[in-house]
Amino acid sequence: MKRHGTFVLSMMAFGFAFLYVPIALVVLYSFNGSSLSTVWGGFSLRWYGELFRNEEILRAVLLSLRIAALSASVATALGTLAGMAMARLPRFRGRTLFTAMILTPLVMPEVLTGLSLLLLFVSLHDLFGWPGARGGSTIAIAHITFSTAYVAVIVRSRLTGMDPSLEEAAMDLGARPLRVFLDITVPLIAPALLTGWLLAFTLSLDDLVIASFVSGPGSTTLPMLIFSKVRLGVTPEINALATVIIVIVATGIAIAARTMRRREARHAERPAPLGTGTG
Amino acid sequence: MEERTPLASTPWLDPDARPFVRIEGLSKHFGDFKAVDAIDLDIYRAELFSILGASGSGKTTLLRMLAGLEAPTSGRIEIDGVDVTDAPPYERPLNIMFQSYALFPHMTVEQNVAYGLKKDRTPGPEIQRRVAEILDLVQLSSHARAKPSQISGGQSQRVALARALIKQPKVLLLDEPLAALDKKLREHTQFELVNIQDQLGVTFVVVTHDQEEAMTLSTRIAVMNEGRFTQIGTPNEIYEHPCNRFTADFVGKINLFEATVIGGGDAEVTLRCEALDCTITLPHAAPLAAGAAVSLAVRPEKIFLAKEPPRETDRTVLRGVVLDLGYFGGLSLYRIETGNGTVIEVSAQNRQRDARGPEWDDEVYLSWDASNTILLGE
Amino acid sequence: MSPEAAAERPRRRADPQAWLRRALALPYGWLLLFLLGPFLIVLKISLADPIVAQPPYTPLFEVAEDGARRLAASLDNYRFVLSDRLYLYTYLNSLKLAAISTLLCLLVGYPMAYGIARAHPARRNLLLMLVVLPFWISFLLRVYAWMGLLGTNGTINELLLWAGVINAPLKLLYTDTAVFLGMVYSYLPFMILPLYANLERLDPDLLEAAADLGSRPRQVFRDVTLPLSFPGVVAGCLLVFIPAMGEFVIPTLLGGPESLMIGRVLFEEFFANRDWPVAGADAVLLLAILLVPIGLFQYFEARREDET
Repeated sequence: MKRHGTFVLSMMAFGFAFLYVPIALVVLYSFNGSSLSTVWGGFSLRWYGELFRNEEILRAVLLSLRIAALSASVATALGTLAGMAMARLPRFRGRTLFTAMILTPLVMPEVLTGLSLLLLFVSLHDLFGWPGARGGSTIAIAHITFSTAYVAVIVRSRLTGMDPSLEEAAMDLGARPLRVFLDITVPLIAPALLTGWLLAFTLSLDDLVIASFVSGPGSTTLPMLIFSKVRLGVTPEINALATVIIVIVATGIAIAARTMRRREARHAERPAPLGTGTG
Repeated sequence: MEERTPLASTPWLDPDARPFVRIEGLSKHFGDFKAVDAIDLDIYRAELFSILGASGSGKTTLLRMLAGLEAPTSGRIEIDGVDVTDAPPYERPLNIMFQSYALFPHMTVEQNVAYGLKKDRTPGPEIQRRVAEILDLVQLSSHARAKPSQISGGQSQRVALARALIKQPKVLLLDEPLAALDKKLREHTQFELVNIQDQLGVTFVVVTHDQEEAMTLSTRIAVMNEGRFTQIGTPNEIYEHPCNRFTADFVGKINLFEATVIGGGDAEVTLRCEALDCTITLPHAAPLAAGAAVSLAVRPEKIFLAKEPPRETDRTVLRGVVLDLGYFGGLSLYRIETGNGTVIEVSAQNRQRDARGPEWDDEVYLSWDASNTILLGE
Repeated sequence: MSPEAAAERPRRRADPQAWLRRALALPYGWLLLFLLGPFLIVLKISLADPIVAQPPYTPLFEVAEDGARRLAASLDNYRFVLSDRLYLYTYLNSLKLAAISTLLCLLVGYPMAYGIARAHPARRNLLLMLVVLPFWISFLLRVYAWMGLLGTNGTINELLLWAGVINAPLKLLYTDTAVFLGMVYSYLPFMILPLYANLERLDPDLLEAAADLGSRPRQVFRDVTLPLSFPGVVAGCLLVFIPAMGEFVIPTLLGGPESLMIGRVLFEEFFANRDWPVAGADAVLLLAILLVPIGLFQYFEARREDET
C-alpha cells in the first residue's frame, strides 16, 4: 500500500516543477546583462550593482525591516497569550468571539482588512486626534493585528500537542504560575515562538495591500515600491532583488532544517518506547 | 450459513490429517532484522489457534503475511490446498479483525458489516439478509444505524468481528482481539468469541501477547520469540510440559534453577542443584551425559507451603523464611528465601476465610512432588 | 476572569490560570479594537453619502449624527454598486475566477498531498518543506516571476518560438489563464497543507481493512481515503477560495482588462477615484458574499479543535 502510482508520482513531479521553475528563472535572469529582461545578454552582475546603489530601494528595505521586526515581536507576545488562552482555558467569557477573531485574519481578503483599518484610523483621528500621521506606526499596528492571529494558531497547536501534566507537575513541585510559564511552558513552545516570529516577520515584509491602505505619504515599504515598478512590466533590478531575498530565505531555511535534523538525530539515539503495537 | 466440518478431536496427532493452513519456511526480513525466521506451521480446520509472543516477537508480521498485507521474503502459504503466497489481500479467502478494529468512521455499523459483501457484488437482498443475520448473531441489531463513534468498545469489537465474518472466510485472523477491552468485558467476550467460533466452525488464528487469553481460547498455542516458534502445543502442554526455558518462563510464573547431571540410567536422571542444595532423581527418557548443565523448573502453585515439615518422604523438601508476601484475594503469593539465599515463589490458595497463613519472617517448609519438577535441556 | 466561571467551581479557590485570564485582556482588547472595530466602521461608512465624503476624512461622523439623512442616503451606495452592470460583472467574475482557481488548486494539490502523506516518513518533512518554502519568498515577487514567464517576449513564448511550435508569440500575459496560473501558484501550499494534515492522520488499518474485505486499491481510495479526507478538502478549498475572492495583486499584475475582480475594483475605486463610500459598500458586499464560506471555515476549524 506504500507504493505510489505513476499518476501520483507524475503529479508530484509536475507540482514541484510548477512551484520552482518560475523562481529559478527569476534567479537566472537576474544575472542577465541585457536590459531587455527576457533576452539573454550574457552573464553580468550589473543589476546587483544598480540595486545596491538605488537609495529609494534601500530606504524602503530599511523601513520594511523596521516595521517587520517591531510587528513580529509585538505579535509574538500577543499571539502567545492568545494561543495559550485558547489551548489552556477551556472556557472564558467571549471565547467564541475570540476564536472567531483569531481565525478571521487567516482567510480575510487583504483589501477588506486594509480598507477597514484605514477607516478606523481616520475615525480615530477625527475623534481623538490619534494617530496623527499615517505611516510606519499605522502599518505596524495593521501587521500586528493579523500576525497575532497566525502566532496564536501556531502556539495553540503546539500547546495542544503538549502534555498539560508537565505544567501541573511544576506547579505541584512548588512553582508559581508565572514561574511555570517561564520555566516550563516557554522552553517547550520555543520552536513555535520562533516559527511564529519568523512567520509574522515574513508576512509583514510581504504585505502590499494592507500597507498601501494604511500608509501615509512618504512611507513607502518595499512591496509598495516593487509593486509600483513591476506594474509597468518586468524590471531587471527587481530580478536581482528577488534573488537576494531568495538566497536569504533559502539560507535561513537550510540552517533551520539542519538544526532540526540534528535535534531529531539526537532524539533517535534514545531507545524507542516499548509497546509500539507490532508483535 | 454454509455447513462446516467441526474440529476433529486432535487432528495434529493424526499423521494422515490434512492441514487447512500450511505455512512452509516463511520468512520476513527487514534489512538485517529477521522479523519472521523460516517458520513452518500447520493449522487444522476449525481450530482456534493462538500465536503467543511479546511485542517484537514477529507475531503480528506473521499474521500480516497471512492476510497478504505484508509480502514474505521467502516461503509459502497454502490455505485449503491453494497456494496464496502471492495473492493480494483482496483475493484471499480469509479476513482479519484488526486490533484497532479499523471500523470505517464514515459508515454506519450496517454499512461497515455490508462492505465486504458489496465488494463481492453480492445481490442487494442477500446482503440485507446476511447483514441482519450476523448482526443478530453478535447482538447488535438495534445499533445497525449507529456510527462507530456512537457505540462502546465492546460493541465496536463485535462489529469488527461481524464485518470480518460476514464473507464466510475460510480463516479468520484476529490481531489482539481483546486487548482494547477492559478486564471484566474481556473475560465475557472471550467466551463469546469461543461460542461464535464453535457455532460457525471457522478456523481462527489469534495473535496475542496475553497468555491468559491464549490459554482460555485456544485449541493449540504457538509460543513465538525472535521470529521463531519456541513450542507448539495445547494450552496444557505449553503450561505443564514446556520444552525449553523460554516457554517455561514466558507462560505463567515459574521458579527456574540451574542443575548439573551427576548420573542416571535409561529411564531416569540424577541431578545436583546447588541453588536448592539438594540432589534430585527424575524420570527421563533420553540419557544425559554426566556434567551436562540443565535447568529445573517448578510452578509456584505446585509447591506446598507449611509451617511444619511434611510427613511424606518422597517429596523434595526445603526450609526457608518468608521474605515477602502478597495477598490477591483468591490466593496469596509468597517469596521464600532458603538457607543459601535462593528465593522461591510459592502461591497458596486461601481456602478458609479466617485461616492465618505464614507471615513475614516466619520459618516455613516447602515441598513438592518429584513429578512436578520440570527438566529443561537448555 | 469571569465571575460565572468562579461560581461554577466554588471549591477551587485558587485558579492557577488566573494570570492568563488577566493577561488575555491584552490580545482580546487589541483584536476588538483593530479587528472587530474596523469592520463595524466599514459597515457604517458604506451607509454614508458619497457627496459628503468628497474630502475623505472629516465629514464621516457628521453624517452619522443625522440619522434620517443617513438612512435616506444609505442605500444609494449599495444601489449604485448593485445596479451597475460593471459591478455585477465584477462580482460574478470574481466568483468564477476564485472558484476555478480553487478547483485547479484541488486538482493539483490533492495528488501532491496524497503523495507526501504516503511517502517514506524520512522523506515527508523534506517534501513538506519544499511545498512551504516558496511561501516564505515574497508573494509579490512570486507573482512577478510569472510576468517574465508569460510575457510576449517571455520565456514560454521564446521557448515555443524556438522549438517551432508557434510562429507568432501567444498572448499569455494579461489573460484569465495567467490569473489562474498565478492563483494556483500562490495558493497551492494553502491547499496542500490542510489536505496533508488530514491524509497523514488517516489510519492505515482502515485502508488495510478495506483491502482485506475485497477492495482493490482504486476502490480503497474511493470508499475510504476520499470520503475521510473530506474535511481536509473543505479546509483547503476555503483557505484558497476566500482570499482568492478578494485578490488584488494577481488580477492586477497578470490579468487583462476583462479579468476584473472585486479586490482590484475596490482598490481602484479607493485610490484612483477616491470614492470611499462606494469602496466601503464594495467591501461590505464582498464581506457579505464571504460570510458563508468564512462561517464554514470557522465551523470546521472549531470542530477540528474539539477533536484534538
